[in-house]
Amino acid sequence: MSSKRKKRGSEQLQRVIDMCKSIEDRGLDPFNVDVDDIIAVIQGYFPEWELPEELCLDAEAIHRLASVIKLQGDWVKHRSTSLYTDPFLLEEKIRRLSKEELATLFLEAWHPIIELEQISLRSLAEAVKYWQDLLPISERWLKTGSLEVEIGATTREELVRLRILAEKSFLEELEVLWEELKQRVGGEGKIPYWNFIGADTYSETIKRAYTASFLVTYGYATLEVHPLEEEIFIKPFEKPRSMLGKKQMVSIPVSISFEEWMKWKGGRHD
Amino acid sequence: MDEMERGQTRLKRKAYYARKIKRAAHLLFYRRHRKPGVKGWELKRKLGSDYPNVLKILDGHLEKLDLQVKTVFEGEKPAGEPTPEQLDKARFYITLRGELTPKETKMMGWRIDDIAGLATAISYILANKGKAPREEVEDLLRNKLPGWRVDINMNRYIRSGYLAEDENKQLYLDWRTRAEIDQKSLVDLLLGTES
Repeated sequence: MSSKRKKRGSEQLQRVIDMCKSIEDRGLDPFNVDVDDIIAVIQGYFPEWELPEELCLDAEAIHRLASVIKLQGDWVKHRSTSLYTDPFLLEEKIRRLSKEELATLFLEAWHPIIELEQISLRSLAEAVKYWQDLLPISERWLKTGSLEVEIGATTREELVRLRILAEKSFLEELEVLWEELKQRVGGEGKIPYWNFIGADTYSETIKRAYTASFLVTYGYATLEVHPLEEEIFIKPFEKPRSMLGKKQMVSIPVSISFEEWMKWKGGRHD
Repeated sequence: MDEMERGQTRLKRKAYYARKIKRAAHLLFYRRHRKPGVKGWELKRKLGSDYPNVLKILDGHLEKLDLQVKTVFEGEKPAGEPTPEQLDKARFYITLRGELTPKETKMMGWRIDDIAGLATAISYILANKGKAPREEVEDLLRNKLPGWRVDINMNRYIRSGYLAEDENKQLYLDWRTRAEIDQKSLVDLLLGTES
């Protein structure tokens, strides 16, 4: 295909796109577009497009044309409904009718919603009871008033006790768990996942599972899944490995429900 | 089952429906949300799965008072008998069954100008496939109403839920129009007039 023809083709497609867009945006008559004609143009150039931007332009033209066809469909649908009226005819009627005539006609088609906004005896009784039980505002404010304390410095231990600061930083926690994992795997180099994350309480188990998930994500360990045996092992690495960008990362959902924890705990005691 | 047992079953059934009808009337008459009306699934939860039957009986009682239970479906009204899913998604209201007289509308706080303006706006939007620029509707209203009233009225129609406006200043018909106005008969009435 000569570059001259390609250029002409791109311009034609751009014109098609602009025309369809203006019909959509400005609410013009969608039947101004000769769909067959445009399809013939798009078809004529299509086999010769090679570059991605040329193919994108072709796709854009098809997309815009499809929108115009949808508008044509909507128009036909509206014409076929019983609500279709020639807007000019109706406007003319509205202009000619007096205010009184218009209002009278409208009243024939208007059935207003009936609704009540009224307090019931029961809610009134409830409100009275609430009012009687309500303490005077001076007393309520006394109760919720804050104690005045002197300004002073707090310690890290105090903030940990108030749970504003964590005892260890998250990375520290990860490192501790990683060390524990390395110690517990033994010669096999791996340990069943539940045996590692399982703890005496359910909340501690959840916490260990949560931290263990970061061990895997951050490359401190990996999971070995045996789907047929329904077994999952966790294997520590000697040094953290960064998997990001090197390998396709996969997510392995592991359910840590209370029932499963109970089952694991029962099995441990058996 | 002998006659006495049958009679007792009938009485139980009657008492059951009487209770349900009362409950349905409370739910429908009293506004419980920002907008009036109750969704089908809400009625199902409060009245049980046979709520369409309860509403039918309530509608019969309301007829004597010139009121009705109005069902507004999500999207277009189904051509045949609505499915339970369509009913669950629909919204139910109590509306006037008959018509108001111009005198009565005054008592409701609507002036004749307001009603004529609303009729004009709704029918113009209807004729334009359910959407029209606010400017065009206002131009049409300015024909019959003083300019300063047009903006006030338009805002009132939008606030009451008859019309909705988008960020491009396009007007649409809103939930109250769908609930209260028989759109087809409004267009027919307008076209049928000799002007």
